[in-house]
Amino acid sequence: MAEKKKMAPRDNGAPDYKKYLHPMMAKNYGKWKYHENLRPGVNMYVAESGDRLYVVRAGSTRTMSVDTVRKVCDIADKYCQGHLRFTSRSNLEFLVTKKEDIELLIKEVKDKLGFHVGGTGHSISNILHTQGWLHCNLPGTDAAGAVKAMMDVLYEDFINERLPQRVKISTSCCQINCGGQADIAINLQHHHPPKINHDNMKICEHPKVVAICPVAAIRPAKKDGKDTLEVVEEKCMYCGACHGQCPSMEIRDANTDTLAIWVGGKSSNTRGGPSFMKLATYGIPNNPPRWPEVSDAVKKILNAYKEGAKEEERIGEWIERIGWKRFFEVTGFKFTKYHIDTYRYARTTFNTSTQVRL
Amino acid sequence: MSKQKESKTPLLDDLEDGPWPSFVTDLKNLAKKKPAVGQLLGQLEQSYEERWDHWLGTVINTPGYGGGIIARYSDIGNKFPDIAQFHTIRVIEPAAWVYSTDALRQLCDISEKYSAGILQFHGMTGDILMLGSNNEKTLEAAEELMEKGWDIGGSGNGLRTLSCCIGPAYCEMACFDTLKTTKFLTDTFISQLHRPEFPYKFKFKLSGCPNDCANSIQRSDMPIIGTWRDEIQINQEEVKKFIDEKGEEYVVDNVITRCPTKCITLKNKKIEIDDKNCVKCMHCINVMHKALAPGKDRGVTILLGGKRTLKIGDTMSSVIVPFMKLETDEDYEKLVDLVRRIWEFWTEHGMDHERVGEFIDRVGLGTFLDGIGLEPDPQMVRHPRTNPYIKFEELTPPKIDGEPKVAPNVVDKEIEGKETVIS
Repeated sequence: MAEKKKMAPRDNGAPDYKKYLHPMMAKNYGKWKYHENLRPGVNMYVAESGDRLYVVRAGSTRTMSVDTVRKVCDIADKYCQGHLRFTSRSNLEFLVTKKEDIELLIKEVKDKLGFHVGGTGHSISNILHTQGWLHCNLPGTDAAGAVKAMMDVLYEDFINERLPQRVKISTSCCQINCGGQADIAINLQHHHPPKINHDNMKICEHPKVVAICPVAAIRPAKKDGKDTLEVVEEKCMYCGACHGQCPSMEIRDANTDTLAIWVGGKSSNTRGGPSFMKLATYGIPNNPPRWPEVSDAVKKILNAYKEGAKEEERIGEWIERIGWKRFFEVTGFKFTKYHIDTYRYARTTFNTSTQVRL
Repeated sequence: MSKQKESKTPLLDDLEDGPWPSFVTDLKNLAKKKPAVGQLLGQLEQSYEERWDHWLGTVINTPGYGGGIIARYSDIGNKFPDIAQFHTIRVIEPAAWVYSTDALRQLCDISEKYSAGILQFHGMTGDILMLGSNNEKTLEAAEELMEKGWDIGGSGNGLRTLSCCIGPAYCEMACFDTLKTTKFLTDTFISQLHRPEFPYKFKFKLSGCPNDCANSIQRSDMPIIGTWRDEIQINQEEVKKFIDEKGEEYVVDNVITRCPTKCITLKNKKIEIDDKNCVKCMHCINVMHKALAPGKDRGVTILLGGKRTLKIGDTMSSVIVPFMKLETDEDYEKLVDLVRRIWEFWTEHGMDHERVGEFIDRVGLGTFLDGIGLEPDPQMVRHPRTNPYIKFEELTPPKIDGEPKVAPNVVDKEIEGKETVIS
């Protein structure tokens, strides 16, 4: 008789980060004095003790094979005493204590991993992305491929620090927008109400689907004597909230979904505080494998920003100073009635003064 | 040319060119020893052709857990049988994403043994993602992960994996110990991470200073952000050096005039700050980080209610505790107590699929504060209300003469019989 395997311990909690800290980080924990940017992708952190930690940042692909991760480990074993970290934007950070190792490490990262060092200071950081077609159940477009294609076009601005301020870019594959707020965001738009598969509605909890609709457009219905749901099409704003709750409420459409570009998001509390991004342009085709129209639009925004922004101005702050009228002029995007908000708090986005740029 | 003709993935092959590293090349190499990965690329190629997704989502649980595994089934599993079941395990990451290579190699070994050998660093919530195991192997992988001291969790209507910035581990700006607090909160609330019990998901993100590198205000329900309440530390010698190096005009243009409350001035190559009006935005410290540093009396500002788009549109978190110390065990107990009050009130009265920010929007911040036992504070709003439609509880007459006055909006003020004291 086969012996039943004993269950592993439960509720272990978070791993103990103290075991993973680089020895120099552990020694100087909470006692750091200042940092200096030595070159794009390399920062030096100086501790009160005089210790110097060189942090070399490389953009990873986020999705990695175990063999790639092992190569990363080999490099960290050789130069970083077996310690490294990731940033919130999937950059790798190699922790170096000998200054002379920096260039050797950068070369090895390039040769063995094909990763580029950069993403610090006034550069484009690694693009945040979600799962997309690789592994999500809701996406209308891909993430990893879209990011790869765009980073190919933008990588010069990753390995250099030549922008007025840092620029963070994100992508999202559906209107849930997992990719987050960013200076520039590329998000998918749906263009019609969900198409209901009435034959397969038994897999969904109908009251939950009705309740999740933010505009109360879904209501119970009967079809061929069976319980189903119907959508009031005039009310529906194609958000896809119901699709996440019920796969039989299909919101995606390979023929009609498009991409929109949003600008001016910022999460830091510096200066004016955090801000949300706003619609810049829309109707861009969902065009794998390289989405060239997306890269073109992003480049237009970046070029105008490089040209017109003052030092230390993030994209949103630059637009706030020059005004949206000028933004649409310098990017060549057309301002239409679709740029005017129609959802909650729309009126708070209207210009209620005579302050106009003429 | 012949390579192009033979290839089963011509569209994905296009993503092997170009200067940025290619996940396609990486996965193709992996496919040599993991046939499932080849089929994964085959399905992805089909998605590229059709602009259509082929994953169905559901839930699988390991005994004792209600979260941590994202189940995916291919809807063309007959064509790609090795990825018919292709699940993701969410592994709780170490605070600030610091690793030893031993730990990473261990994850690689487990991933290779039980699943497709694909890892993602990290998911949008901050967790480690291990992709590509079937029903049986997923549970075996989870057992081995837990055997080796890792833990899984953070999916469904429960607490999600916490994440935080690098904090005091190498950043001089950190005003509190983000790593310690992240581990403390994860361990304290591990049950909520494993067993979804809320109306909807709940996220904490922790940033050591208002630069908010953890992106907490926009991407978490409860941001905890380091700050200080005394004076910015000024090293006038370094100020002078900075001015000598960059020029006075640079300092005026890029530091002085950028201060949101105009509380910083430059006189005779010296910086003066009106700290009472400083809103801790960090800008001057970021630009002159050798000369300026956060004050010494440090603590945290706590906000509540942030989330991304679905379904009322994006919300940012807003202040609920302008300042509290986070150093002693009592401070941490106070934080835990506050979190429990928030969860209790929200879980009791929140609707299905209602994030805490949406809940506050529905019941009103005033009612919410009553519910969790926090005193209103002017720092919680940009400005007082501008509309006059107010239900003053104290001034509302009883419905029937002689009946005791009942506050119309307030729900059970005394949840645990005491108020959480701020600061």
